[in-house]
Amino acid sequence: MMTNIKGYQNVLVHAEMHGEDLAPITRELLIIGRKLADGMGYQSVACLIIGSIAPGVAEKLFALGVDEIHQVNHPLLAEFHPDIYTQAVVKACQIVRPMVFLLGHTDLGSEIGPRVAARLGTNIFTSCIDIHAADNGKLPIYVRPVYGGKAIAEVVSSSCPQIATLRPKSTIAAPLDRSTDRSAEGKITTLAVELEDSLTGPKLVETMQEEHSGIKLEDARVIVCGGGGIGSADDFKVLRLLADVLGGVVGVTRVPCDEGWMHLSQEIGQTGKIVSPDLYIAIGVSGAPQHIAGCLGSKRIVAINRDPDAPIFRVSDFGIVGDYREILPILIEECKRASL
Amino acid sequence: MHIVVCVKQVLDPELPASKFRLDSHIREVIPPEGIPLVINPFDAQAIEVALRLKEANGAKITALSVGDESAVDIVRHALSMGVDEGILVVRHLKDIDGFATAYILSQAIKKIGNYDCILCGREAADWDRQIVGSIIAEDLGVNLVTLAKDVKVVEGKLRVQRVIENGYQIFETVTPALITVSNEVGQPRLPSGYGIISAARKQILLWREKDIEVDSHKIEGLLERSKLVNIFTPTYERKCVIISGESLAEAAAKLAVKLMTEHN
Repeated sequence: MMTNIKGYQNVLVHAEMHGEDLAPITRELLIIGRKLADGMGYQSVACLIIGSIAPGVAEKLFALGVDEIHQVNHPLLAEFHPDIYTQAVVKACQIVRPMVFLLGHTDLGSEIGPRVAARLGTNIFTSCIDIHAADNGKLPIYVRPVYGGKAIAEVVSSSCPQIATLRPKSTIAAPLDRSTDRSAEGKITTLAVELEDSLTGPKLVETMQEEHSGIKLEDARVIVCGGGGIGSADDFKVLRLLADVLGGVVGVTRVPCDEGWMHLSQEIGQTGKIVSPDLYIAIGVSGAPQHIAGCLGSKRIVAINRDPDAPIFRVSDFGIVGDYREILPILIEECKRASL
Repeated sequence: MHIVVCVKQVLDPELPASKFRLDSHIREVIPPEGIPLVINPFDAQAIEVALRLKEANGAKITALSVGDESAVDIVRHALSMGVDEGILVVRHLKDIDGFATAYILSQAIKKIGNYDCILCGREAADWDRQIVGSIIAEDLGVNLVTLAKDVKVVEGKLRVQRVIENGYQIFETVTPALITVSNEVGQPRLPSGYGIISAARKQILLWREKDIEVDSHKIEGLLERSKLVNIFTPTYERKCVIISGESLAEAAAKLAVKLMTEHN
């Protein structure tokens, strides 16, 4: 049985772009989208692209299991503006009428999603870590952390269309199975929509983006994370040395940001980045739930903390109880020696 | 300038996980006894931004909340920080998707009227939805800029620094506008002694549903469309092997061996 309520059906995924390429979240959304479509008895998964389609992107989406691409293009979309983008998505949803519309919980998705929901007269579930069809195969169950990660809520909605944002790195990026009868080709439908330039809306004056040299926190295989226990901005030097030896980057909890020791772009947790490296070394990190929420996907977690009762040890695989100032110099030396 | 700041009463997010209790049967979080609910810290940051605007340009600030009668405490907290007026719409809400809350707040803001700027925290520290501010802007049909880390008045317009990944954007908007405030504005100020005394003397307006033009069927409809089917405390626990030795140096050396064998 295929779920069809008031003419709403199928799963539509917002294809988020990163420059000329697909943003990593798009792949994650497609994994969840396909699983959901299968559970709800839908044959196809469609994508929505707002703006022009960069070369090779359509082929990539088809190879990832997308059956149809809906595109909205309009001269006003050449430069990103949240108001115009919202209009475009709203109009696309009104034409496509998806049962479920998925976006990434990214800068873009978290900005657009709630506004689209409000305009469509439906609701939205943000920052989901999983979305799956209920046992009866009818409606999706939205799984989202609440209370800063202290609890997980599972919610359902009777509203159409159903909109949700997926938290990045929530799903394991397994290759999508394309071995069955799904063809690696699909069709592109251009949706004819009129967009209005909002003359009185907020004006984007400028965008300042700091080019990050080196590895991005979200892409790092190894993260050395410092918390309030580090003590000062200067003390982060030794964490950087350890990160260098291990080929990783330095992240922080909220305290060092509040104290101004480190830049906020390196914050990991509920209000920062969600990461899932192979190795996560938490140093002087107590392990507040809102921080833990950001690093739980790590394959291995190692904690170094003076307090044997620090909650971080409960979510770690290995730990040393002691002062990092004594431990790190030796750890760095020994790692250097072993890597020779 | 008249600024309205929306505030919510929440369970203290600093409460350790060990004190966090859930009744999964009735699907509710049970606040521990003797520990008062607090103002949502993200909303306290929105108040901070309002106070900075007031200091720079002069403004009247109204704090607005919806919730149980006990939420009057957090409205008073807002007053003690330096907010001029406080209003609480008394309405118990078990709002799963946030839309009923946004609707009631929008209607209350309409009644307040004459506002130039509405400020909301980026999210509430209980349901972490990050949507209510945006929905209010849609309901009221006013301009919206999200995740501000700085707001200034420049030539009668609001100039907003909006946080994005690896940087920021500058938006300029006419008033009235709704702005959600990022946690990057920094620590909100603590109430001063004088603030606490003057807040204690102030009257907080208590509004009921009938005092603002709300359609109670609409509220019920909004509340009914989402259902919480399950809420549980996740078990993130891993079995932690504590590495020790004769000295910390020995433990560190052992850890180095583990790390290097596993990750090469």
